[in-house]
Amino acid sequence: MNEAARQDVTRGLTPRERMSDDLLRPLLQTSWRFWATVALLGSVVATGLGTWAYQMYRGFGMTGINMPVYWAFYITTFVFWIGISHAGTLISAILRLVNAGWRRPVTRCAEVITVFALMIGALFPIIHLGRPWLFFWLVPYPSERGIWPNFRSPLVWDFFAINTYLTGSVLFLFLPMIPDFALVRDKTTGWRHRVYGALALGWQGTPKQWHRLEAAMQIMAIAIIPVAVSVHTIVSFDFSMALVPMWHSAIFGPYFVAGAIFSGIAALIIAMAALRRFLHLEDYLHPVHFQNLGKLLLMMSLLWAYFIFNERLTVWYGNEPAEREVFLVTQRGSFAPLFWTMVVCNFVIPFVILSIKKLRTITGCVIASFTVVIGMWLERFLIVVPSLGHKYLPYTWGQYRPRPVEIIIVLSTFSAMVLLYVLFSKLVPIISIWELKVGEHYVADATPRAAAEHPLLKAHP
Amino acid sequence: MKAVYALYADPDAAQRAVNSLRDAGVADADITIVSSEPLEQHELGRRDHATWMFWIAAAGGAAGLAFAVWLARLTETAWPLPTGNMPIVAWWTNLIIMFELTMLGGILAAVITLLVTARLPDWKPKLYDPEVSDGKILIGVANPSSASVPAIERALHVGGARLKTLG
Repeated sequence: MNEAARQDVTRGLTPRERMSDDLLRPLLQTSWRFWATVALLGSVVATGLGTWAYQMYRGFGMTGINMPVYWAFYITTFVFWIGISHAGTLISAILRLVNAGWRRPVTRCAEVITVFALMIGALFPIIHLGRPWLFFWLVPYPSERGIWPNFRSPLVWDFFAINTYLTGSVLFLFLPMIPDFALVRDKTTGWRHRVYGALALGWQGTPKQWHRLEAAMQIMAIAIIPVAVSVHTIVSFDFSMALVPMWHSAIFGPYFVAGAIFSGIAALIIAMAALRRFLHLEDYLHPVHFQNLGKLLLMMSLLWAYFIFNERLTVWYGNEPAEREVFLVTQRGSFAPLFWTMVVCNFVIPFVILSIKKLRTITGCVIASFTVVIGMWLERFLIVVPSLGHKYLPYTWGQYRPRPVEIIIVLSTFSAMVLLYVLFSKLVPIISIWELKVGEHYVADATPRAAAEHPLLKAHP
Repeated sequence: MKAVYALYADPDAAQRAVNSLRDAGVADADITIVSSEPLEQHELGRRDHATWMFWIAAAGGAAGLAFAVWLARLTETAWPLPTGNMPIVAWWTNLIIMFELTMLGGILAAVITLLVTARLPDWKPKLYDPEVSDGKILIGVANPSSASVPAIERALHVGGARLKTLG
């Protein structure tokens, strides 16, 4: 009997009660560390919002964006966040469909990333507008100004794709939370009881409700996978539909999707490691979860290297003058340090760490994931900026240097992501409690090998 | 609301209680089963399995597709914008809008079907006990006739379960 199990026996708790206790603890107890974290992150986000207000007041000229590089930090970060959003819903949907038992503690952590990353990502085209109060011009509706969005424009495709994915992801996240809201409702009193009671929608837990919930989740998992793939393909169309050197490529769709899943898995590993450490979820997020995701990250790293090689080889072999210039400026020119940092971050470090079993620990996976996140942001930057600065006619060539407003706004969105995640894990059980309980049935009945993942069960067979 | 119910610690005992209620002449539709997790591995958890949700979601997808075709075609013909030598109604690009709205239609139809058939939201009082959240399984009968109460109580008393009443 391990120490945790011994304590449970002393406190008279069954494993299931301990599960509820552990996963509800962050909701019901608040330490000063929580408020300190919120204050710190909130101040960074407030700085970002203030900087954005300053940019609106002084005009878009405050940024380094100028002819010919009209897309830079903001669009780079837009693509980056949309990529990160692929962590959750897509991975969760795939694991749900194949009924992978180890997914249960992982899915909600992942789905939350999708929703917040999409919200933050979708903000960047609005920031990039310069006059964000006119963002509704992006929305396709009959306009008496005679402005009607062109359905042949990739930007309108973005509107439909991102909104479909956001709607689907929010619902995919919310539906399995309903039974957990009911559990929190039953465990709380006062205003919490009323709020969670309202969120639980009057959930009772009859067999009919369970069947319908599971059927809806199956359908959504089937629908959301092609939608997730389409979203990043359509984001890639923003580039590949334009006759710009190294953009107009048929490989961009799958290349972007692979990159998105790659960066998404890395973000998920970082989030899980943080939750495990700060919310003390060691009994639920096991090393095996990190090892499995680490293997997936390794596979995506190899796939990313394959795509980069394909793209670069084709351009180098074709030797078309405009494309060659972009190729050279990234391989050997002013962007070379960023390019080779990207290769090290996205391929060399993850490959070394994740392919050696001894190094594929939680710490190893987190280190590899951090480098991948940095590398993938650089990849987006290297797609956007060098090509725009080196178009077909050399007299239009130009340089881009980010200005402080752009850097502050971009950095503040990372804080915003962490802040939203912290607040979410304070308000909602970050691991789906009912799904975890169902998983214990399966472990007990059918899959003894998985017992290694569930010390609770080993302690209380 | 009047009700007679009992809470069971394990699904086997709950299954026995359901069987006893049936033996006592209570119809399946009148037996309330409430649990904090799906009980797929037991007969009592497999009630009300049949659903049209998959077909309704497919119909929702078809409706989304029809709406996308209508929206794209209507706008392209009402506001014809010549773009890059493409036809005014450009089906290659419209396919993207059609795909997204098909999927959105399917997703929304599935969620609406869930909410309607699972009767959510519904905050009216119903047969429930907060102990369900501790893993107990509630088996009971809501609004039983006075004559049937003794038989129901006997049936629910399987395995020494403690009886509870409402109203």
